[in-house]
Order: sequence, then C-alpha cells, then structure tokens
Amino acid sequence: MSDSIEMMSEEEQVGSRVNGPARPETLLNIERVRVPDDGRPIDRPVKLASKHLSLWYGPKQALSDVSLEIRNYEITALIGPSGCGKSTFLRAFNRMNDLIPNVRITGQVLLDGEDVYGRRVDVVELRRRVGMVFQKPNPFPKSVFENVAYAPRLSGVKNMGRLTEIVEKALERAALFEEVKDVLHKSALALSGGQQQRLCIARALAAEPEVLLMDEPCSALDPISTLRIEELMRELAKSICIVIVTHNMQQAARVSDRTGFFLLGELIEFGSTDDIFTRPADSRTEDYITGRFG
Amino acid sequence: MPLVDDATTVERAPARPLTAKRFRPFEALAENIIFAASTVSILGVFLIFVFVAREALPLLTSRQIQEEVTLSTLFTTRMWQPVGVEPKYSVIPLVIGTLKVTIVAILFATPLAIGGAIYTAEFAPRKVRELVKPVIEILAGFPSVVLGFIALMVLATFLQKITGVQSRLNAFVGGIAVGLAITPVIFTVVEDALTAIPKAFREASLALGATKAQTALSVVVPAAAPGIAAAIILGIGRGIGETMIVLMATGNAAIISWNPFDSTRTMAATIGQEMAEVVFGDAHYTVLFFIGVMLFAITFALNLTSHAFVRRITRKLGSLK
Repeated sequence: MSDSIEMMSEEEQVGSRVNGPARPETLLNIERVRVPDDGRPIDRPVKLASKHLSLWYGPKQALSDVSLEIRNYEITALIGPSGCGKSTFLRAFNRMNDLIPNVRITGQVLLDGEDVYGRRVDVVELRRRVGMVFQKPNPFPKSVFENVAYAPRLSGVKNMGRLTEIVEKALERAALFEEVKDVLHKSALALSGGQQQRLCIARALAAEPEVLLMDEPCSALDPISTLRIEELMRELAKSICIVIVTHNMQQAARVSDRTGFFLLGELIEFGSTDDIFTRPADSRTEDYITGRFG
Repeated sequence: MPLVDDATTVERAPARPLTAKRFRPFEALAENIIFAASTVSILGVFLIFVFVAREALPLLTSRQIQEEVTLSTLFTTRMWQPVGVEPKYSVIPLVIGTLKVTIVAILFATPLAIGGAIYTAEFAPRKVRELVKPVIEILAGFPSVVLGFIALMVLATFLQKITGVQSRLNAFVGGIAVGLAITPVIFTVVEDALTAIPKAFREASLALGATKAQTALSVVVPAAAPGIAAAIILGIGRGIGETMIVLMATGNAAIISWNPFDSTRTMAATIGQEMAEVVFGDAHYTVLFFIGVMLFAITFALNLTSHAFVRRITRKLGSLK
C-alpha cells in the first residue's frame, strides 16, 4: 500500500513542484508514478492479440482493421471518445459481442496464439480464462459470499471448506476482505458502490482468470474508490494481464503501461503510455488527450 | 457580426407577475375526469363488498335464520343439502371441493406456465418471443365457458379412458380445465418478472463462464422469485374464483372426499348453481352470500400477498436499474 500514499502525495503536488527526480511530464501535466521494481515479471509475453479485426453491427461498422498486441503482466488502456469502438473491441476478447444479434466479425482475436473465434472454441471455457468487470457494479442479488462463490460453484467446487478458501482468497486479492469479513452472508447490494465494484473484481478473480477485461470500471465511482481500484489493478498486474477501457485520460496515464487510442472504430495509435501521453505520433491523439475534442 | 445585434433586438413579451395564476380549463377538466374515474371504480368494489356482506349479515343477526343455520354449524356439520325437508348447510364439502380443484389446477398450471415463461424470456429467439407472448396473453381472455365446454365434452372422456374412473366429471377434470384457464395468467406475470431482471445480471453471469441455462436458473430465476411467487398466488386466486368451468366439468356433487377422481362441488360453483333458485332472504340465500364473502376475503388476501411480493422484487432490484 506504500504505492498509494506515494500516488496521493504526488497528486497533491501536481503543478506546484519545482525540483525533484526527473519523471516524464505528460501533456496532461500528470506525473506518472513509475516504480522501477514493482514486483512484476520482466518477461512479458504477448497474451492477447487482434489481427485485422473488423466488426459490424448489422450494416454499421464498429471496428475496422484493428491489430494490436497486449502483453501479460501489463495494464493496457484503451481510450477514445464515446462510440469509438473501444468497448466493442474489449468485448471481442471474451466474445460478449456474441450476445448481440446481427454481429459480424472478420479477422482474428488470439489468446495465447489461439483464435478465440475458432470453430471449436468453447465460449464458456474462454470466459473462464478471460474475466470481465463492467462499467456499473453488478453484483448478483445474493450474499457477498455467494457472489464470489458463483464461478467456483459453476466449475463444480462443492466442498464448503474449499469454497470458503477460494472466496476469502479472491476477496483478499481484491482488497475487500477486511471490509466485508463480518458481512459475508449479508446481501451484496448493501455494500457501497466502490465495495460493490471490488466485489465484482473478486467475483471475477475467483474464476482464476488469466486476463481481466475492465470496461470503464470506475466511471460510476467516487475519486477515492477509483484510486483504490487503480492500486488494486497495479497489484493484480503482478499475476495477470489487464485491459481497461476508460474515458478518464488521467486514469489511463496513471495506471497503464500501454495505451491505444481509438477513433471512429480505428486504432489510431498504440504504444507505451509514456509515449502516447508525452509525444504522440498522430496529431489526432494529441488533440484528444489535450482536450481539443472528444 | 449581426448575430449579437439580432439577439439584443428580439422582442420579449412583458413578464407577467408570478402570482397571476392562469386558468387552464383543459388541465382542470382532465384532472377531474381521471379523479372521478378512479373514485367510481374504487367505490364500486367497495359497494359490492358492502352489498354482499349485508346480504350475509342475517346469519349473525336474524333469529329466524339462526334456527336453521349458524356460523358454527356451517363449519361443524358435514352435509350440504340446502333443499329438502330439513335443509343442511355445511361449507366443509364445498371448501374441500374448492381446494381439490385449485390444487390440481395449480399443480398443472405452475410448471407449464413457469417453464414456458423461462423459455420465452431467456431462451427463445426474439421472433418467437414476439409471437408467443401476445398469443398466450390472448388465451388469458379466452371465454371460460368455452374451456368448460371442451372439458365437458373432450377432456372428460379422454381422461376417463386413461384413468378408467367411474365418475366421468370430477375434480381432476375440472382442475385441469381451470389449470388451462390460469396458465396464461401465471405465464404473463412470471414472464414480466423475468424480463424485469436487469441485463447486467445476465452479462455478469455469462462473463463468468456460465451457460445460458445456468444463468437462467441460478441468477435470473432466484432474482425474480418474489415475482414468480406473486404469479402463483394470483393464479390460486383466479382458480378459487373460477365458476363456469367447474360448474360444467366437476360433476357438482357436494360430497366430502379428498379423492380427486370423485365428483365434486366448489364454493363458486355452488353460488352459480343455486343462487337463481333460492327464496329471497331465506337461510339458503343468506348462506350463499356468506360463501360469497368468504371467496371475496380469500381472493382479496391472496391479491394483497401477491402485491407485497411484487413490491419486494421492485425494491430489491430498484437500485440496479
């Protein structure tokens, strides 16, 4: 948790600091928290990739020819104005777009080199490996415990001792256990919004996913809850791959390793977050992150 | 640019004082008509109850009637034989008959309606849903006399062939027919309860690697449980009050028997059958109205309970919409 203290104090000092260690200043005037040795593996192989991915909702094209690589143990942020296709792109990784009628897809989405749209792919298995957290906290109207136990139960865990172990571990990983350990068997809907969202993260983690997709996970939360989730993401990135869609450019700059900028269904620019926010190659990226449109 | 000049020269109507209340005749008329309509319907229900209760009241107040029948003999004797040298009034066989028919109807209708609703709400392609839902809702308005006729002519013969029972018309035949009548009622309410569950729950469950069936059964149905309970209670209420079908299909024998294949007589059917033949104001007349009060009270209580369940579901899910 020392990260968080540092982050907070950094934020307070924005704009007033004159001297200090050289850190890349972004166009947003946000200083990125760079912890050189944050405990994450150095070797970060490609986990997810899309190759020439295009997607249509009926006649309307939502993604055109998107290719990018997402690495394990990293946080990749997808930014862009509303309706630019970033959420659609995110949902292509766990095939949540399948639920919408009249969706057509060309190109490939690869998980560890395997095409997730392949003919013989089991969507259920895919979604167990690629978890998702939604924009609005959506815990089930069940107890805190039952929410987290949902995925393990689906995969056949019946032993109560084993379940308890999984649930507690997932809650701990989501930095929620201390707050809810006394209300485990009370309704999850009684928790605060920030707690509910961390519960949703815990629920996703209980399935032991390799990738966590986060679709604007903080847009319904207050700044303090947002900060907690961001800390949590950095902690989780030690063991899994995280992709986050966000409207909040400060968030992308603060939390991610790499950033992709989408506009009208196209990937305009993709690179290290430092590069995107300090020296974007495309003028449209610069216009967007400096607030000239979007 | 002239833009600014234009803006400054726009003519504005002089401001009226805030206190100058304008008379809006249409508004007042609409409000009064709506108020009158709702008052009349509430008053109507209330007056019906008052009338039924008033006609049943002599059971408690009139000496003359109490010589023939009292509130306690209604529930302690065991025969319903209102016409005869010595009339006998016991509601016990009628209550048992009503229970038998309603239980058969609910056991028949509930799985059918809930299964159908789960299929329509969770699994059916949109085109199927758009066809099935209105068709079943039209079935809810199917004249019960026609259903009774089918039960009388077709269903009874068919079931007698299968079961080989003696009385062709019995509680089972009537129960199945009543079940057919209340299936659309239960279906509609359950379907509404299921579709009211926010999409976010289904997405969360599917994203966790649940199948459609697992999502429906372990997330959507439990979340909609109060609505489903309300639907069943509403169905029970409709079943208890159903008259024409049971009149035609149950054989109308007021006997005490729990065997569903015996002919039977329900409370509602008794009123329907005998009300036209009674002497105005005599004991028989009063007892029939008392049965009416019982039916009224039961369905009223059931409707209230079902309402409470529906409110619970909306409160529970309210924060998520």
